[in-house]
Amino acid sequence: MATNGYNVIGTRPIRHDGADKVTGRAIYGADIQLTGLLYGAILRSPHPHARIIKIDTSRAEALPGVKAVATAEDLPQAADKMADLGETIVNLRDASNNVLAYGKVLYKGHAIAGVAASNLHIAQEALELIDVEYEVLPHVTWVMDAMKEDAPILHEDMKTTSLGEETDKVSNIANHFQHKIGDPDQGFADADVVVEREFTTQTVHQGYIEPHNATAMWNEEDQLTVWTSTQGAFAVREQLTEILKLPVSKVKVVPLEIGGGFGGKISVYGDPVAAILSKKTGHPVKITMGRDEVFEGTGPTPASYIKVKIGATNDGKITAATTYMAYEAGAYPGSPVGAGAGCIFSPYDIANAQIDGYDVCVNKPKTNAYRAPGATNAALAPETVIDEICEIIGMDPLEFRLKNAAKEGSRRVDGPVHPRIGCVETTEAAKNSDHYNTALEKSDNGMLRGRGVASGYWFNFNGGKSAISVSVNGDGTINMLEGSTDIGGSRASISMQLAETIGLKATDINPKIVDTDSIGYTDVTGGSRTTFGTGYAAHATGQALIHEMKARASKLWDVPADAIDYTDGVFCYKDDKEKRGTFKEIAKQAGDTGGPIVAQVSTQPDGSGGGAFATHICDVEVDPETGKVDVLRYTAVQDVGTAIHPSYVEGQIQGGVVQGIGWGLNEEYVYNDDGMMTNASFLDYRMPTTLDTPMVETILVEVPNVAHPYGVRGVGEVPIVPPPAALANAIYAATGQRIRDLPMSPPRVQAAIAKNAG
Amino acid sequence: MSKKVQVQTTINGDETDFLCEPRNSLLEVLRDNLTLTGAKEGCNNGNCGACSVILDGRLVNACCVLGVEVDGCDVQTIEGIGSPGELHPLQQKFLEHAALQCGICTPGFILSAKALLDKNPNPTEHEVRYWLAGNLCRCTGYDKIIRAVLDTAEESR
Repeated sequence: MATNGYNVIGTRPIRHDGADKVTGRAIYGADIQLTGLLYGAILRSPHPHARIIKIDTSRAEALPGVKAVATAEDLPQAADKMADLGETIVNLRDASNNVLAYGKVLYKGHAIAGVAASNLHIAQEALELIDVEYEVLPHVTWVMDAMKEDAPILHEDMKTTSLGEETDKVSNIANHFQHKIGDPDQGFADADVVVEREFTTQTVHQGYIEPHNATAMWNEEDQLTVWTSTQGAFAVREQLTEILKLPVSKVKVVPLEIGGGFGGKISVYGDPVAAILSKKTGHPVKITMGRDEVFEGTGPTPASYIKVKIGATNDGKITAATTYMAYEAGAYPGSPVGAGAGCIFSPYDIANAQIDGYDVCVNKPKTNAYRAPGATNAALAPETVIDEICEIIGMDPLEFRLKNAAKEGSRRVDGPVHPRIGCVETTEAAKNSDHYNTALEKSDNGMLRGRGVASGYWFNFNGGKSAISVSVNGDGTINMLEGSTDIGGSRASISMQLAETIGLKATDINPKIVDTDSIGYTDVTGGSRTTFGTGYAAHATGQALIHEMKARASKLWDVPADAIDYTDGVFCYKDDKEKRGTFKEIAKQAGDTGGPIVAQVSTQPDGSGGGAFATHICDVEVDPETGKVDVLRYTAVQDVGTAIHPSYVEGQIQGGVVQGIGWGLNEEYVYNDDGMMTNASFLDYRMPTTLDTPMVETILVEVPNVAHPYGVRGVGEVPIVPPPAALANAIYAATGQRIRDLPMSPPRVQAAIAKNAG
Repeated sequence: MSKKVQVQTTINGDETDFLCEPRNSLLEVLRDNLTLTGAKEGCNNGNCGACSVILDGRLVNACCVLGVEVDGCDVQTIEGIGSPGELHPLQQKFLEHAALQCGICTPGFILSAKALLDKNPNPTEHEVRYWLAGNLCRCTGYDKIIRAVLDTAEESR
């Protein structure tokens, strides 16, 4: 029994898929074996920007063991229309051209052709026999360069949209938008302190350990089956039907276990190529990416330039804030700058503000969602500028945040009004934490130590569409089918909500994630929506099931169904307490009451009920000689609504924090002057290891979400938002140097310290 | 296609023969020839540890060993950890501590941690962190993994 009044919610059962995952039995995308399987490989552009003059595949096709070669010529021309994939919206023509380049290559690593062969080594050898003639074009790989008048243009037909209107101007700027509230000029005039700073962040990758994979079988009836690791089987189905111009009824996507995604496994890459190669060969074709292909050929999250100006009074009230945010979209329009703009000032109640956002194409991979997409880039700027203001006016940074905290009724700069949220509670919990109230000890060996804090906000997407289908077994256990990819424990969190609703144990539920033919449409696992949205559906399904069970009991007892109560797992006729039976007892008699007991429900909640807030505290130690930063202690405080399975809530927070630490201190795509990424491996793109990280303390603040029957609030994304800013503030406290460019890697930190000393 | 070579090994206690090309890595052999897919490919160049196996008592990345090199050797993979009907204590502790999210790195971490505990049954937190630094996990932030390994060691004392 949990201490929160629930029976199941708040407990920590072993996850349903656990045994298979610790024994190596769980089948991930790349593990699938099929009769007659061929192996595919992808030829990728060596140039960041070039026109494709000619592709000659004849030498590759002649290699023994090669069964087929595919290029963009084999794809139907996709429609120039937008598709909403849940966490990202894509133009389908761009998506198709990203899968196999048509006319131009727009980044190093852009896919050009696919080969299917009897083994992977032969397929890879064949890639070297494909002759591509290029006209190499000038390239641009930094957002501010791409916005210049004389920048090389990626899309000769792309006209800039400015403030909602399409202009005649051809440029790399896909879109300029603006949000404004109040009177920023007056707000700055009313301020005692105004601080304006510029920031840059570099391209970083989600870094999931499992490379993308897709196995396709296109049969003689033009039915396509694709087995893959994806955050959304239905999103893959939608992209395949559009890119391959197939009726939706002909496409089945089978989601296998997924080895991490963080937003990066929603778009398709090898899937349509494997499909075309299967069509050409009549065999199933499996394509798995190498790690270099994952870095260079899939969607990382963008580099960005952000300028922020914040004004405040001497007693710590923000009077105005403005920002200019330019994000790299990569090769095709669609960076998460819009989401960044919606988050940048949202932990605060600000009366006067303006946001200008720019979505800019550069010769890098098309960017994709990465955990709270756009928000981490954005938070670095205001969260460190606020730290400066607090130092100037002599105010505790958490006191300042409390004084300006967003509350129910506060209007975000991008328009929406916050419903009941936990921003104040979270900040207070941080202020009262053991960590914040324990002084940081000085180093006794010449290291520099400092503490920093920062806050962050993420919307949580609107709940989305989910379907659940259940059948009751004769022993009263329940098989539960769902369409939500389980990327980190959602089988458990959804089963627990169903179990809570119908008064069973978590272990009485047998969850199964099924293919797109077997369950109603379900949106992607992304946007922190799954435990909220699919849990919402599980609750509704549980209620439908109780309704059906009452009908069954009414037949057994020959009493009206609406006179039967269901409490604590027991059905009972109101007027005769002798007529009673447990869920399992009623289930056992299904054969006498109408046969198998089933229920299915689909839901689309009206909004997410408000976003998630986090405040983080971190202590660092900086080596003044090398510039290396070690994180000594880290505490993450977050409003989690209701923690369904607290261990996995903590895990989401800890994982997000460590990704944020990597982003802040080490991770970046390093480009040379030729537009080439020079560190496309896990050795050179350095993600945090066990040695780089401390234990991550979590404080779960539970402000139940009014939009969900159990108060669930999405928890997965916001924990990545504050870390780079918290680290930057801690490094300043340690060294006296403000670093405004990510990553704060040893050379950069060392240079800042040395510059000050010199 | 190059000529295949016959290799004789012991895998998870069973004598196992296989044919492979000289260019095939042990990881390819395990996954594609022997369908032991518990070893995962995350990078194929020894940086992520998802394909960790124990070769003659020594922890290795299967992607960095050639199939032909294991002739006459003893190989232990995740499929050989634990006994029928009973999880190995490390597997049990990983579940109790929720030390996995997506689970793709988990087999590698369990083999790596087993190799550590076989050598040093009483490691400090730093020793666990040092030993496991060759295994990347992107989901958990490592906190619960470290706790699971320390708890396994403590309980076996």
